[in-house]
Amino acid sequence: MAAVQVQLPLPVLPEGWSAEKDFKAIGTLSPATQRNIEPVGPHFLAHARRKRHRRTFSEDDRIQAQENVKKVEDDDAGEISEPEDQMMLQRDAKDWKVFYKIFAKLSPRPNLILRLFFPTVLLLTNHSQGQDHYAVLGLSRHRYRATESQIKTAHRKKVLRHHPDKRAATGSSEDDSFFKCIQKATEVLLDPIKRRQFDSVDENADVEPPSKKEAQKKGWFKCWGPVFESEGRFSKDQPVPRLGGNESTKEDVERFYNFWYNFDSWRSFEYQDEDVPDDNENRDQKRHIEKKNNNARKKKKTEDTARLRSLVDECLAGDERIKKFKQQERAGKNKRRGEKEEAEKKLKEDKIKAQAEAERLKKEAEEAAKAEKAEGKKAKEAAKNAAKKNKRVLKSSVKDVNYLLPEGEAAAGPKRVDEVLNDVDLVMTKIDNEELASLAGKLGGAKGVDAVASVWAEETKRLVGAGKLKDGEVRTLI
Amino acid sequence: MSADESIEAAPAETFAIGISFGNSNSSIAYTSGEGKAEVIANEEGDRQIPSFLSYIEGEEYHGAQAKSQLVRNSKNTVAYFRDYIGKDFDSIDPTPCHASAHAQKHESTIAFSVQDTNSDSPSTLSVSEIATRHIRRLASSASDFLGKKVNAAVLTIPTNFSDEQKEALSESAKNAGIEILQFISEPVAAVLAYDARAEAIISDKIVVVADLGGIRSDVAVVASRGGMYSILSTAHDYETAGTQLDQVLIDHFAKEFIKKHKTDPRQNERSLAKLKLEAEATKKALSLGSSASLSVESLADGVDFSSTINRTRYELLGGKVFSGFIRLIEEAVRKADLDVLDINEVILSGGTSHTPLIARRLTSLFPQTTNILSPSTLASALNPSELPSRGAAIQASLISAYDPSDIAQNTHPALTATPHLSRAIGVLVISDSESRGVFKPLLEAETAVPARRAGLFAVPGGGGDVLVKVCEGQREIKVSKPEPKSKSKPQVNGKAGSEDDGDEDDDEDEEEEEEEEIRETIWKVGTVLAEAAIRATKKGAKVEVTVNVGADLGVTITAREVGGKGGVRGQLLEKGGGGRENGSA
Ligand SMILES: Nc1ncnc2c1ncn2[C@@H]1O[C@H](COP(=O)(O)OP(=O)(O)O)[C@@H](O)[C@H]1O
Repeated sequence: MAAVQVQLPLPVLPEGWSAEKDFKAIGTLSPATQRNIEPVGPHFLAHARRKRHRRTFSEDDRIQAQENVKKVEDDDAGEISEPEDQMMLQRDAKDWKVFYKIFAKLSPRPNLILRLFFPTVLLLTNHSQGQDHYAVLGLSRHRYRATESQIKTAHRKKVLRHHPDKRAATGSSEDDSFFKCIQKATEVLLDPIKRRQFDSVDENADVEPPSKKEAQKKGWFKCWGPVFESEGRFSKDQPVPRLGGNESTKEDVERFYNFWYNFDSWRSFEYQDEDVPDDNENRDQKRHIEKKNNNARKKKKTEDTARLRSLVDECLAGDERIKKFKQQERAGKNKRRGEKEEAEKKLKEDKIKAQAEAERLKKEAEEAAKAEKAEGKKAKEAAKNAAKKNKRVLKSSVKDVNYLLPEGEAAAGPKRVDEVLNDVDLVMTKIDNEELASLAGKLGGAKGVDAVASVWAEETKRLVGAGKLKDGEVRTLI
Repeated sequence: MSADESIEAAPAETFAIGISFGNSNSSIAYTSGEGKAEVIANEEGDRQIPSFLSYIEGEEYHGAQAKSQLVRNSKNTVAYFRDYIGKDFDSIDPTPCHASAHAQKHESTIAFSVQDTNSDSPSTLSVSEIATRHIRRLASSASDFLGKKVNAAVLTIPTNFSDEQKEALSESAKNAGIEILQFISEPVAAVLAYDARAEAIISDKIVVVADLGGIRSDVAVVASRGGMYSILSTAHDYETAGTQLDQVLIDHFAKEFIKKHKTDPRQNERSLAKLKLEAEATKKALSLGSSASLSVESLADGVDFSSTINRTRYELLGGKVFSGFIRLIEEAVRKADLDVLDINEVILSGGTSHTPLIARRLTSLFPQTTNILSPSTLASALNPSELPSRGAAIQASLISAYDPSDIAQNTHPALTATPHLSRAIGVLVISDSESRGVFKPLLEAETAVPARRAGLFAVPGGGGDVLVKVCEGQREIKVSKPEPKSKSKPQVNGKAGSEDDGDEDDDEDEEEEEEEEIRETIWKVGTVLAEAAIRATKKGAKVEVTVNVGADLGVTITAREVGGKGGVRGQLLEKGGGGRENGSA
């Protein structure tokens, strides 16, 4: 085939793209589907010629080749086969219509009554207007779920069996009443409008809500789930949310009930209409019946809406999940309240604790301060004592060397003693405790008058240098 | 043809035609010297030859003459028997034969009891025997026309014919002196009839063949890929066909007659037969004109009846049947996992396909891009009634020189069972609107392997280095609400037009009024298969990318600048990993 022309451009090669020989294999093909090509036309013949390469194929090849080929024709046999009942075969399409119509006036569930009166019969053709169209076609289990092709197939099967010409051919009577039932059933079920009307009143697709006992015995979800699945067939919105189970979330359950309380139903009740005479003779009567039918439809529709509502009410009332959610909510509330109290209590406790702590800290601080104070006093005393001692050292230092008089001199007279001691006192007022201590240390180590004198001289000089003493202020110590 | 397939001259030269053998009508065709298919008219000038046989005083009538015997000689007229061939009585629907010789159980098959000789007692003619007589008449008409004894044929059958049915049919033909070279399926024959025209261009397309006949309707969805055909799905309906449309007119005129004459012509077999034949003629006339008349001499109680009906009224009355056709076609599309948007072509085949309303309904069901091949929508359309026989004639001309064993080998599953791609394979390009890549398919999904497709791609403005990114693509349907108030007509009408049934039910139509959503197909890029670089392309250059999928599903990709030197060539990784050798082309 000719190459296709594409006007849109290829992308620019991304920066840094590289591959060996400019080609990168990346993915693999999705799995192929095995199909038969039709052995028709010149292109197939060319294909066959290429594929055969002079070899011939055997029966084994045939079997192998056909193994996985996708089928395109439906199997004609198949799921739809229900046993047929002799009684049903003798039914006439009109048979039950009469009864049905009568009961339909009396009850919204005419078939229920019919079943009471004619139990055996109704197992066979228990339907509106006398006929269960699904049962006739062998689709009882499928009902509203049956697809159009299932109906067609089922119909065909029934025709193949029950065509009057076949009965005649096999020697039985050419009674076509059941055949008419088949035709009627198909006519209704293949017409989308008529089928809806019929499905609307197809009680056989209904699933009765369980009694409390039943629900208990069989399991609540098992009983109620199918009820709503079947009711769901009337919904304009599809898919319909399911009842779910115990594990369903609150949102899902809420969505379910919301959906059912706002149910938008296509259900209608034309199928139970009283026949309108189709002749033109009696126009008034015709109009009258039409009006009656219309009213009946409306009434039934209202009743059905109410019925569904109370059904949902009933389901909701028995739904343990609702209780569970409520409980959970309550439990949640309690828990929250507990938590709050707990928190408050804790807050209080914390406060008390904090207070105690603060007090403790305060006390500690006070004590520490006290201790410190005491400590300070002691040190001061010690310092004082030390200073006293050092001062004594200072005084005695001069006294021990005869008040700094040269060696061999006579003991110092009172004047000298006064002068020297005055000077020592003066120096002592100019120095702090530390200097005092250091000075005392030096003096303690000095032996002999010269050594002591030089220590004093040095200290005096230092003080003069530091500006603490004036030159000449201390004469005896220099 | 290659030397190894030329065959020894067969003892008697094979002279083959194409035969379409329908329940209602048959048709014979041959190919002229230039390979053009031509449909042959029988002695009476009919190209649609009713598949009817009728016996009067030992004389056999065939075709239209036999059909007209339904009125006076219905018991000795055999009709609508094709589907009974090779079947047992339990598995057949006798309905169509109700107004002619009834189908009976006969040994393991079906037979008709017919007074076919001058003797007093009727003969029991098996359906195989009837088929033989019918084919013999067809072959003799063809031989007369072609001036040469026809001894072989390609014969069309429905897609759901069983092997037993084929075998029985083959046997019947053989007894009529006709060797069946090959059975081909009716829808495929119809596709071939169109594809074999000189002006046809072979392309990859999805074709819906709607074969709407007399007593059954069959739809097939066919993937046509490079001139090879694979059936993706089929749907059958035995209750929606021409007969049901006849019935619509029968009921309509019967009611009219009752109103005037207080008697129902349908209650009397003969009256009904007359009315039926005339109703069918009226129906056919309504395919051409906007109104048609019906007149029946002595319809009932010796009263003549004539009336007219216009097309609109007929279309209204037949609404339910017409909807049935549309639904059947939708069903087939659905079964193929496709959407109406995927359908490139609809071939209307079979007699009922002449009805203009059906084509009109399909025009609104499918998007505007879908070609509806029918007489009322396409001037160059082939006659829907002639498609199968034309296709069969073309196939006959293709294979009549083959040895029978070669033909058998060609139709062997070892040759026909073939892997088909489940995803399209294509290349990413830059679109002008979006900056992101757009997928351009080269090989469409449902292409049988081996297959090879090439595409020529533009390069960006100034040329330079370009990237060839080969991917799988999956088509998706994008649904969007139309712009409010926008006047432009949505591309597709999702639903069939609302010129619905004549049903008087007052159902709510309001939903129909809702704004139609816009549906379109888009490509979703799937697995990236490979990347390749084409370096230093010239300004305005074209890059040719070829994807070749082998019979073993091995993929080779080549890319080169057209007119440039060299290029890139590589192979995909095998399923289990492990790359193959890459190299420069
Ligand atoms: N021009 C036409 N318009 C409408 N219907 C037609 C026309 N021609 C034939 N038919 C109808 O087509 C049916 C036959 O179609 P055909 O394909 O020959 O059937 P079959 O496949 O059953 O042999 C009949 O019901 C016939 O009335």
